[in-house]
Amino acid sequence: MVSSSAYMILSATIFAIGVLGVLVRRNVLVMFMSIELMLNGVNLALVALSRQLGSLDGQVLVFLVMTVAAAEAAVGLAIIICLFRNKKSVNVDDFNLMKW
Amino acid sequence: MEILIFAILAVIAVVCAILVISQRSPVASALFLIATMVSIAILFLLLNAPFLAAIQIIVYAGAIMVLFIFVIMLLNLRRDEFGPERRKVQRFFAILFVFLLLIGLATIIQVGAFGLKSAEEVSDVTTPAGVEALAQLLFTKYLFPFELASILLLVAIIGAVVMAKRRL
Repeated sequence: MVSSSAYMILSATIFAIGVLGVLVRRNVLVMFMSIELMLNGVNLALVALSRQLGSLDGQVLVFLVMTVAAAEAAVGLAIIICLFRNKKSVNVDDFNLMKW
Repeated sequence: MEILIFAILAVIAVVCAILVISQRSPVASALFLIATMVSIAILFLLLNAPFLAAIQIIVYAGAIMVLFIFVIMLLNLRRDEFGPERRKVQRFFAILFVFLLLIGLATIIQVGAFGLKSAEEVSDVTTPAGVEALAQLLFTKYLFPFELASILLLVAIIGAVVMAKRRL
């Protein structure tokens, strides 16, 4: 039986790697994948705490998070296609029209 | 035995997650992300959540990642379009602050773990597994968020079509 805090530490590690990906990478597709990585880390923590508390509420929340992630991926990738059509680039440094 | 499986899966998940953000090619990143998601799905199985493990593989590793690969192929990026990565100083500070974030999270988890039941106590009160118990909760207590999720998906479909289509 693995303790819940081990799962929580693993979840925090995956979340931190996702944050690092968003901060370091310039490719908007990889940044998007890093966001998916963060969502996965949080899901793992929710399922671990659901087992810890002996209730299924956390698992329902994970189910809803997955729905939101699917919607977010669809809309986000459509935005990326739009941006690429206009700028011919996926580098976020090129998308500075609304900066300042 | 369970600890051994957990350790192997944890190492695979973390290594693949690091490879996701360090690979130059987005296709390689996507493939390593699928590996991370599959190992998290097996961790869900260990955590007595078989339905979520199936959904994780079908929706995340299946649908969402196919969408990612599809867009990567559609954009048809050449090597030089990947562009230069961030400057060294920025990368240094990013790693430093993420490390601090990780230490902070680990501290919170360790402090919070005092009040929790130990793993042996948890195994006595097993959560009801399987689709039936989850569906019971989803269609009674969480019916309203469930319906809202369906509206959200509809909005996302319409939004994606409106944005990605050249002219309506």
